[in-house]
Amino acid sequence: MDAAFFTAWIDEIARAVTAGRERLTRLDAAIGDADHGANLDRGFTAVREALAAKPPATPGAVLTLAGTTLIRKVGGASGPLYGTALRQMGAALGSAPEVTAGELAAALEAGVAGVRKLGGAEEGDKTMVDALAPAARALTAAVAGGLKDGEALAAARAAAEEGARTAVPLQARKGRASYLGERSAGHEDPGAASTVLILTALHTTATR
Amino acid sequence: MKKLINTAESMVTDALAGMAAAHPGLRVDAGNRVVYRRSAPERGKVGLVSGGGSGHEPLHGGFVGYGMLDAACPGEVFTSPVPDQVIEATKGVDGGAGVLHIVKNYTGDVLNFEMAAELCAEERLEVATVLVNDDVAVKDSLYTAGRRGTGATVFVEKIAGALAEAGASLAEVAKVGEEVNARSRSFGVALTSCTVPAAGKPTFELEESEIELGIGIHGEPGRTRAPAAPARDLARAAVDALHDDMPLSGDTLVMVNGMGGTPLIELYVVYAEVAARLREKGATPARSLVGNYITSLDMQGFSVTVCRLTDELTRLWDAPVETPALRWGR
Repeated sequence: MDAAFFTAWIDEIARAVTAGRERLTRLDAAIGDADHGANLDRGFTAVREALAAKPPATPGAVLTLAGTTLIRKVGGASGPLYGTALRQMGAALGSAPEVTAGELAAALEAGVAGVRKLGGAEEGDKTMVDALAPAARALTAAVAGGLKDGEALAAARAAAEEGARTAVPLQARKGRASYLGERSAGHEDPGAASTVLILTALHTTATR
Repeated sequence: MKKLINTAESMVTDALAGMAAAHPGLRVDAGNRVVYRRSAPERGKVGLVSGGGSGHEPLHGGFVGYGMLDAACPGEVFTSPVPDQVIEATKGVDGGAGVLHIVKNYTGDVLNFEMAAELCAEERLEVATVLVNDDVAVKDSLYTAGRRGTGATVFVEKIAGALAEAGASLAEVAKVGEEVNARSRSFGVALTSCTVPAAGKPTFELEESEIELGIGIHGEPGRTRAPAAPARDLARAAVDALHDDMPLSGDTLVMVNGMGGTPLIELYVVYAEVAARLREKGATPARSLVGNYITSLDMQGFSVTVCRLTDELTRLWDAPVETPALRWGR
């Protein structure tokens, strides 16, 4: 997987976020403040423009620029959190021109660690970590189990979906939904939902 | 959705242009989205920077001026500003005595201000932070993101601003800000939700006969839904929630704040009940603010914020201020 692959992933995320904007905003309206779709749409559109303006040469550089752009353009909690995830991934991939699925798995684990450290959320707090952490684990396990890239990324996607579903009945303990107390239970977390979009985009990019 | 906007996307930029046109005492950097006091930076004075999502006007831009903030960083509607804005504002108000960041306790605001403060520190800018978390509707526990910053932000900005104007050090200004926050509590009630322009419809729906208790300032649902009730009952419920959390006594500074869509006459109806209930609890409403100071777009409802005053805090509250939204004594 080279810089073109990761640029295509970002393009696919931007497309999926634009298409899913209304749904993300609706989820956020239920237990937050109704801006998650608009913010991510604005953010990934800016990332796509930044990558087009100055195409980076390596996977690590693509993700670092994407993360920095999110931090600089989005605001809210999702900008710094997704920005940090991508920047940590970029740093983990270093300056290699091509990376393996195993290296991507390690980078995704580094991204999860960055999000945990910055936001303080653990699995079960009903946040993006509920989808992101299982996805990283599943990717690591799939690569160790010798699955092909496409199958390994399918496993990561499925784990993210399962993680987001598992968080639905939970009561939020971090972020704005936590203000609702037990009223947050029964709703899908918008951050977990956008993480599913991002992991789905990764699988889509790898299998077309 | 009917709104006085050109487009949802340009709303914040268009409003900033309006602030610049309306208030010659301000300097608006539209590109970086920072509202400055025209005289900033002031040599030797601690600079005060606040910011947060837009949609809470007059907070924060309306509180930029003599005796209050030196700069404000407005984000998108209900979305915190980005670190670049805060860094730009911090540099722009640094007069050599350091800069105080006043941050409302929301995950996004905290993350973006923290990132900005770290980068400022790398550039040897002296920054201190006061985190405002006065909303009693949220339990401060391991199981929440902590109490929200709401009405007390206005008090912190005014009182810390007055002390900075008097020439105090960064440590002293930060300390008084923390003291005001520690002595203040808020509680909010909504009669309606609000409509985020980019979303196009109300964030939640309430029946004619329902209200939300324990709301914040982002149109989000509150802790509980309850039947609508006379203003007296709602005002009492709000004061009682404050008193249960922090017993109220002595001189108090009381704000009855409109959420953006509430007629002023209703706020005065509420204020009468709030003042009466405070007296029943043994507190004296010594200073008051009634009006729209920290809003939630077009939401109808009110919040009550009470600060237990000391002589020093009263003196700083009374000190001259000259901003678009608060002005007296000058």
